[in-house]
Amino acid sequence: MNTKTFSIGLVFSLLLFACGGKEEKKEGFSVDRKKTTEKTVESTEPASEVPASQRITLDNKGVGPIKDLPLDPNIDQAMVDRGAALFKTNCNACHKVDKRFIGPSPKGIMERRSPEWIMNMILDPQLMVEEDRCAKDLLVEFNGAAMANQNMTEDQARDILEFFRTLN
Amino acid sequence: MKKYNFILTILAATALISSCGNQGNNNSTGALASSAAEKAYVAPGEHDEFYAFMSGGYSGNITVYGLPSGRLFKEIPVFSQFPTSGYGYSEETKPMLNTSFGFVPWDDAHHPDISQTNGELDGRWIFINGNNTPRIARVSLSTFETEEIIELPNSAGNHSSSFITENTEYVVAGTRFSVPIPQRDMPINEYKGNFKGSLSFISIAPETGRLNLDFQMIMPGFNYDLSHPGRGKSHGWFFFTTYNTEEANTLQEVNASQNDKDFIAAVNWKMVADYVKNGGGTKMATEYAHNVYDEHTHTATSTMKKEVITVDPTEVPGAVFFLPTPKSPHGCDVDPSGQYIIGNGKLSADLTIHSFDKMIAAIEGEKFDGEAYGIPILRFEDVLAGTVKSGGLGPLHTEFDDKGNAYTTFFISSEVVKWKLGTWEVLDRQPTFYSVGHLMIPGGNSRKPFGKYVVAMNKITKDRYLPTGPEMEHSAQIYDISGDKMELIYDFPTHGEPHYAAGCPADLLAPKSKKIYRLDDNKHPYAVTSPDQAKVVREGNEVHVYMSTIRSHFTPDNIEGIKVGDKVYFHITNHEQDFDVPHGFAMIGQNTSELLIMPGQTKTSVWEPKKVGVWPFYCTDFCSALHQEMQGYVRVSPADSNVPLTYSLGE
Repeated sequence: MNTKTFSIGLVFSLLLFACGGKEEKKEGFSVDRKKTTEKTVESTEPASEVPASQRITLDNKGVGPIKDLPLDPNIDQAMVDRGAALFKTNCNACHKVDKRFIGPSPKGIMERRSPEWIMNMILDPQLMVEEDRCAKDLLVEFNGAAMANQNMTEDQARDILEFFRTLN
Repeated sequence: MKKYNFILTILAATALISSCGNQGNNNSTGALASSAAEKAYVAPGEHDEFYAFMSGGYSGNITVYGLPSGRLFKEIPVFSQFPTSGYGYSEETKPMLNTSFGFVPWDDAHHPDISQTNGELDGRWIFINGNNTPRIARVSLSTFETEEIIELPNSAGNHSSSFITENTEYVVAGTRFSVPIPQRDMPINEYKGNFKGSLSFISIAPETGRLNLDFQMIMPGFNYDLSHPGRGKSHGWFFFTTYNTEEANTLQEVNASQNDKDFIAAVNWKMVADYVKNGGGTKMATEYAHNVYDEHTHTATSTMKKEVITVDPTEVPGAVFFLPTPKSPHGCDVDPSGQYIIGNGKLSADLTIHSFDKMIAAIEGEKFDGEAYGIPILRFEDVLAGTVKSGGLGPLHTEFDDKGNAYTTFFISSEVVKWKLGTWEVLDRQPTFYSVGHLMIPGGNSRKPFGKYVVAMNKITKDRYLPTGPEMEHSAQIYDISGDKMELIYDFPTHGEPHYAAGCPADLLAPKSKKIYRLDDNKHPYAVTSPDQAKVVREGNEVHVYMSTIRSHFTPDNIEGIKVGDKVYFHITNHEQDFDVPHGFAMIGQNTSELLIMPGQTKTSVWEPKKVGVWPFYCTDFCSALHQEMQGYVRVSPADSNVPLTYSLGE
């Protein structure tokens, strides 16, 4: 059955190549390949059924330098402004506020992740991907595009976090 | 059972051998007893104790090795185009190789020297000479990048260079070939008395390292071969070996070897510098390039200078003297105390050591033995401190340890000879493989040598390694010199032809080695500091692509509206801020090299598309798991097409 499908596909591709010289617009070929979520054998957590980007992990503080980070109920606008500027320079290449891009959108992230987890992810993404389950699953969900360590200081990461608090 | 016994016997025997070996260590004779391998071995993940910077000779560059392992860390492009990084190909670095002869993409790099404070290595910069088209370069030892190149007018075969005075006041460069000064059309055989040799004193700004050709001494038409500064008590003086005092202009092999003695020229540069500072010297019209790379704009600029101050040595009485030295001396080395000046007559078996104190006494007593072109010649016997009768042949260069010993290479007899300063007694000799040129002890030409290892750099490799056809890399040997006897511990190939080298303790440089360029310090005029600034701008037939990169995409990655005949500038800013994440950029059919862009850096590459089509570009450095996805397309339309200029990412 599989072989047969493959052969048909092959013929189809050959046909496409043969038509290559003509001017008419090609739509290309499409294969119905649903993305399968990685199911690792040792995993027993039911949470892995939900894509990591949609999982709520507010109790998870992640791994890294930030252990506990209580937030003031009031948002500090000066920090937000600095954070927005830093986000634009250091994060925007992969994270867009209005859409999923190379990585997830930060919009609504405060409803899904703890402040500590966000800070740790910014400050040491490599350690997080090695040791934090959610970070690891996100890497897989986003095609293995590893988050870059942008060498932010803790203060800079904190400003970015404050900016995230305004994205709901 | 039998087998068990056998193993026990072996174990016992091994134990015996091991314990014998330990005792043998004291004598440090024989490779087995002293475990040479252990001394050169730096375990995986461990760091070397010393950096070694070797000149690349005809590669034009500097290679950086670790000692004692002999591992190659990096090649620093200096005088030669280097496609690995795009140096000399990128728009920013092309000006570095500009000269009064136009763009010269190569040179012959000979003698690196590290900056000093109070006669000790300070690890700020390393300097090196371009021998062929006379130039001096300054390389930063925090970025390991070439920051400045200054051309030298009136010089030819810039060989007795680039040596640093003990507080990095000057980098000094002497000419090997004497030439007409100023250059003019004249018969070659009228050399004698008409050709001149220039000695250039290039001042170094203490904070920035910025070079300035302060003055040139216009000396008699000899060949100025090598040089070293005085130090300690002789600080303020500079010593140059000369040969061809015969002033021959042909068949030098014979004609420049007629005189039994040539000279070491002793120059009181402090006196000459004061003379120039007080308005002395003559301004001469000339032309030379001065190229400076700015670490913040990541861009070099080249300026053509039009004038140089020349000094006639006879106009500054008491500033220059000639010390007779036998047999066409080559190496010119000064011991850590500054007392002894060693001239190695390369056609001699012996080493000649002059005494600085005796030289001063002879000058003060005005005991002259005639003059050459108005420059007083001191009497050989009056300045001689001693002679090392080594029995070797062809002495070239000498370095020093911190225990009062000197180490001299012998080219013809292929050996390093260790001898004692003051007693001139030969203490040890070890063969090299083969025909050794320079040798290097870290700090071995300063007031504070680190006398643990000496590296001998050989001219001939022959059978040392697996053969690789007629052309082979040169071989180097490293010897442990911490004991009474030198011990050969390792042997490794080196790139190009290392002449001299400079070394220093790793902890002088490693802590301040730059890891990234900060994006917020990037002052490049075409940088984009956030991806939303990425754009493509047409100015006539020039197109400027302001592009950013991060793992693993280019912004933008689809560009349309480029036409055949356009000149497309790709200005690429790497937005990574993590150590060791460069991105590359290569465009199909480009008539130049790829770029390798460090984190936070901007580099520019020009592409002149010649063919209609859709042409890909990609990242050349394996940057992440999605590196193979890091690519883009440029649509090139006919010259007269109306395809609008557009650019995008992910649309």
